Amino acid sequence: MLKTDNISKYYDEKAVVEGVSVEIPKGRITSFIGSNGAGKSTLLSIISRLIKQSGGNVYLEGTPITDIADSELAKRVSILKQSSHVNIRLTVRELVSFGRFPYSGGRLTKEDEETVSRAIGYMDLESSENKYIDTLSGGQRQRAFIAMIIAQDTDYVLLDEPLNNLDMKHSVQIMKTLRRLTDELGKTVVLVIHDINFASCYSDYIAALKDGKLAGFGTVDEMIEGGILRDVFGMEFDVREMNGSRICLYYT
Amino acid sequence: MKFIVLLTAVILLGCCSLFLGYTEISVSDIFNMSDRQSLVMVASRIPRMAAVIIAGASMSICGVIMQQMTHNRFVSPTTAGTMDAAALGIMLSMLIFPDGGTYQRLSISLGVTLAASAVFMTIAERIKFKNLVFVPLLGIIFGNILDSVTTFIGLQFNVVHSMASWLHGDFSSVMQGRYEIMYISIPLLAAAYIYADRFTLMGMGKSFAVNLGMNYSTMFRLGLVIVSCVTAVIVLTVGMIPFVGLIVPNIVSILYGDNLRKTLPITALSGSLFLLVCDMLGRTIMAPYEISVSVMVGIIGGVTFLYLILGRRVNAG
Repeated sequence: MLKTDNISKYYDEKAVVEGVSVEIPKGRITSFIGSNGAGKSTLLSIISRLIKQSGGNVYLEGTPITDIADSELAKRVSILKQSSHVNIRLTVRELVSFGRFPYSGGRLTKEDEETVSRAIGYMDLESSENKYIDTLSGGQRQRAFIAMIIAQDTDYVLLDEPLNNLDMKHSVQIMKTLRRLTDELGKTVVLVIHDINFASCYSDYIAALKDGKLAGFGTVDEMIEGGILRDVFGMEFDVREMNGSRICLYYT
Repeated sequence: MKFIVLLTAVILLGCCSLFLGYTEISVSDIFNMSDRQSLVMVASRIPRMAAVIIAGASMSICGVIMQQMTHNRFVSPTTAGTMDAAALGIMLSMLIFPDGGTYQRLSISLGVTLAASAVFMTIAERIKFKNLVFVPLLGIIFGNILDSVTTFIGLQFNVVHSMASWLHGDFSSVMQGRYEIMYISIPLLAAAYIYADRFTLMGMGKSFAVNLGMNYSTMFRLGLVIVSCVTAVIVLTVGMIPFVGLIVPNIVSILYGDNLRKTLPITALSGSLFLLVCDMLGRTIMAPYEISVSVMVGIIGGVTFLYLILGRRVNAG
């Protein structure tokens, strides 16, 4: 179980995240939603120790993550930030192989190679495994990065806006993969996501943030509801039940 | 495979360079050289060949490491003020220890280089405005500021001329007994190779590196030490050699990617090869006179650099 306890982050007196305590259920998909600047990405970065919090603590199965060595934590929690700025020329296979870095420090064993092949297969990238990632389309690139995270084989997978800059088809593909990661491999997935309907259709739990504070946490059914969303986003939502999912209409 | 081809080329050209110069030594003389010939060979030609090979490899590797550390393909010892810092250090050491030995000079030069690159690389790494050209531009400005400080101090103490000739990249003054300090770079380059995977990760960005459990700031410091030591040693022994650290890594990246475990040896050998070619051309074009290697590298490198920018063959970073 991954838990934050009273997490705060201040930049020059200004609170970006303030007193957030949330328990992320194991083996489920949890989405962080909220407006721009609500502190979602900052919170995700704190949970994954990319940013140091000003106050509070993050607990992984009861242990504060600050007490866990970096190399050990890398085998248990992975984070994928927005990767559009990464312009390094690696082949897909080389990139995915780096997912094994916490285990073998760059010198891959035979088992590591097999894990890498499985991760590539899982993301359906066999045909482009020797292509350089800077030659791939946005959707394929994102899949390559997710394959790296899969090869890293952590119980907790954190993703910061994994659908950023992707078209609808690739977005659906990525979300379906994340669903498979939880359903088939038992991973706990935590996302920051802007598209409320993707959050609604694919997550189990929703955590809403507003002005750095937790504005609500619950199952999709509890959270995707007109009143709550109005409070979080400050606009009207028309929530409809369609094909067993809750869809928000807010475009007009 | 490419490694073997490059290695063979470096060895072959290196051997050829031994028979190039004013004192005529032909391959057939090799087993019965006159005293004069063997003196030239041992005191000048072999040290020169070694110096060129080491300098070429060192500058290219420094370039790669700096590019990984700043996530910018146009950062190199030339475009980040590293060489200018080393020069400033040498100037200061000449004033502080007028009769000082090589090691005193090196230590002061190293101190200044380390401080300057720590300042610049930290700025470059943290800078929010990730424009491909902005960071090296900032580096060039930074280098010019250091350079004007050097010139200013030099003018005060009337050592501008000796400094200028000292710092002008040139292998003709490499002599037995005066260049051996360059071998310090070899263990440093080996360290760079040992940590190749970590430097690759560094190039992917801090969040990737931390995600995979790498200690980013320790590696950053190691990178700074390697780059500063190697640059200080090279500038101290052969002067400033522009462009090598910029062009060679970029061409290798275009051809073979950025997996440093795989490409670092290729980069090192390509650097040596490039510098060997420039040095040998400089020695032949108007023999018995010599065009200094920094001029040759400047011409060939400048044209290649323009091609890289204009041809957009450099992927943004």
